[in-house]
Amino acid sequence: MSEAIGVQPVNPVEPFLRTERMPHIWCPGCGIGTTVNCFARALVSSKLPLDKVAVVSGIGCTGRVAGYVRLDSFHTTHGRAIPFATGLKLANPELTVVVYSGDGDLIAIGGNHFIHAARRNADIKVICVNNFIYGMTGGQVAPTTPTAALATTTPYGAFERPFNLPFLAESSGAVYVARWTAYHVRHIAHSMSEAFKKKGLCFIEIIAPCPTLYQRRNHFGDGLEAMRYYKQKSVVRNGANTRDVQIDLQGEIVVGKFVDIERPTLKQAMDLQLRQKLDLPPSNGGGSHELD
Amino acid sequence: MKPKGDRVLTGTQFLDGDQACCEGALAAGANFAAGYPISPSTEIVERFASRIPAVGGVFLQMEDELAASIAIVGATWGGAKAFTVTSGPGFSLMMEHIGYASMTETPCVFVDVQRGGPSTGLPTLPGQADMMQARWGSHGDYEIIALSPNSPQECFDLAIDAFNLAEQYRTPVMFMMDESVGHMTEKVVIPPANEIKVLPRRYTRLPPVEYRPFRPSPEGIPEMVKAGEGYRFHMTGLTHDERGYPAMDWQVQDKLVRRLVGKIRDHAADIVRCEEKHTFDAEIVVVAYGITSRVALKAVEMAREEGIRAGLLRPVVVWPFPEKRIRELAGRMKSLVVVEMNYGQLFYEVERAAGGRVPTSLVSHGGGAVHEPETILAEIRRAAQ
Ligand SMILES: Cc1ncc(C[n+]2csc(CCOP(=O)(O)OP(=O)(O)O)c2C)c(N)n1
Ligand code: SF4
Repeated sequence: MSEAIGVQPVNPVEPFLRTERMPHIWCPGCGIGTTVNCFARALVSSKLPLDKVAVVSGIGCTGRVAGYVRLDSFHTTHGRAIPFATGLKLANPELTVVVYSGDGDLIAIGGNHFIHAARRNADIKVICVNNFIYGMTGGQVAPTTPTAALATTTPYGAFERPFNLPFLAESSGAVYVARWTAYHVRHIAHSMSEAFKKKGLCFIEIIAPCPTLYQRRNHFGDGLEAMRYYKQKSVVRNGANTRDVQIDLQGEIVVGKFVDIERPTLKQAMDLQLRQKLDLPPSNGGGSHELD
Repeated sequence: MKPKGDRVLTGTQFLDGDQACCEGALAAGANFAAGYPISPSTEIVERFASRIPAVGGVFLQMEDELAASIAIVGATWGGAKAFTVTSGPGFSLMMEHIGYASMTETPCVFVDVQRGGPSTGLPTLPGQADMMQARWGSHGDYEIIALSPNSPQECFDLAIDAFNLAEQYRTPVMFMMDESVGHMTEKVVIPPANEIKVLPRRYTRLPPVEYRPFRPSPEGIPEMVKAGEGYRFHMTGLTHDERGYPAMDWQVQDKLVRRLVGKIRDHAADIVRCEEKHTFDAEIVVVAYGITSRVALKAVEMAREEGIRAGLLRPVVVWPFPEKRIRELAGRMKSLVVVEMNYGQLFYEVERAAGGRVPTSLVSHGGGAVHEPETILAEIRRAAQ
């Protein structure tokens, strides 16, 4: 097949990327790119119609994901990806809406939106890259920073208790909760494709290295060293009680799928309630289908 | 209860300004609202929440105004015509997303039913002190469109205009009511749906390979798309090129922000709208807007009865400011008197437009009650001497 000669093998992830925007801004050894790779693979395996997938990010290194994926993609404001996504999804229910952002963005400044979206069971897939630090702004403490870890704004070590994100997600109402590390690429992709197929608020936490600002300052080595640590210290415990999966500095990391339950989504609950009370025809149950 | 399923409530109604604003939004095709309760604006979304299910659309009460103000941006990119409603403290929280909507050229409407401030101020009493915030409140440089209704009828009519202007210029539009207008009940005539001009969104007809979400038309305004149509577009609040891709250099910044500002400034003559009463022969012109304009008109008429040739200029569209008209009037007036429920906001714009050619004075009021016509009359008398 002479046409094939000289054709470079295409990286299977490439069709999902805005290659004209490469090189990306992420540092060597950063875990964010790894997660994007998994995301692309999950899109392939879940066979979603890509024209109907939208990615919404907040601000941060992870927030830049929206700018690199060749999908309808929205880079919003710091902390507000979730309410943007809530509006987008209600206005256009046929979209699969993925929120892709950092731990500071989603859980510090955006924490209020996160718990309410989970409570409502908004049909959005939240991918949270947790690098235990504010990357974009230069390594400040985050609400996920393990106690005693060094950050630029906790130069003598963090002294607050960090959030246990799966526990927060579950107790707020998320119907799907999983945690993996950047080492668990196949598991990440699998969880993502499960989440794409599931209705309601799905939360996937991915522990990922920020070698530049977190690993280095804390003398945890480089990105490769982080992978070694994840491999050694993570234990897969599917179905674990999320109360028990708190992360501490250099301790064990419990990973797995913790929650996978059914509950009506925001839109389903809204439609049901309105239809019952208003005696509306099924085609118009609080219907956002007329939104065109 | 079976709610009325008509989008347009054609006929003569008795509505307060808040209700009329809601009806105007519905008549304009609004099918998405997100809000967070705050006096004296809440009645607008309460009515929307009760009306919209039967009409077709969504209301969602969000966890705060930051959420509400970006949910409408998300909904707009999902294809909705969307608005949010608030008052002072909530308006302050929405500022970041007014900037975001400007930067991403998202057509949507922000309603601010003004109350006395600063801070929590006077929750149930009128104010007009958010006028500069509406213009400048978000960081960075941008131009804004803001309307100021002075009656329930105008709350209906101008709400439609607000949505149309948002579509025409692909921009957020501020709808600057005040508590008095919001809560006063008057006759509102709602025309048949087919007599209401509603501007549809200007969606592109270009195929995805040719489309650029931020490439301006000759008038400076890009065409839109919505998510889910295969355009695979990107948008960001970062400085961006025509593709919507971030570009961190001053040339792209200059091109983008100059256009954002220009698309409104260059069309100011088309957007600006004033109502004038007795200005044809006036030597004293009172400038007032919103509820204050109604008291000011009374004062003008009282002055006329005394033989003082007074007139009223009411900016219906407040931003862009009718500076050309003020400049013309300043050329042949004896004095300009600005009446507003704050300690000087549009006053400075009037002064600037008058350019020192004519004395300009301010009748201020901190809010909580409307002016007494006599106070305004006293200033007209003084100015006429
Ligand atoms: C309102 C607002 N406050 C602060 C910032 C500055 N800022 C940008 S990104 C960021 C933190 C990002 O951290 P995280 O979400 O953990 O993402 P990472 O960069 O680590 O991926 C902050 C504070 C901002 N852009 N907007
Ligand atoms: S600063 Fe950290 S999170 Fe940001 S790109 Fe570099 S390694 Fe990644």
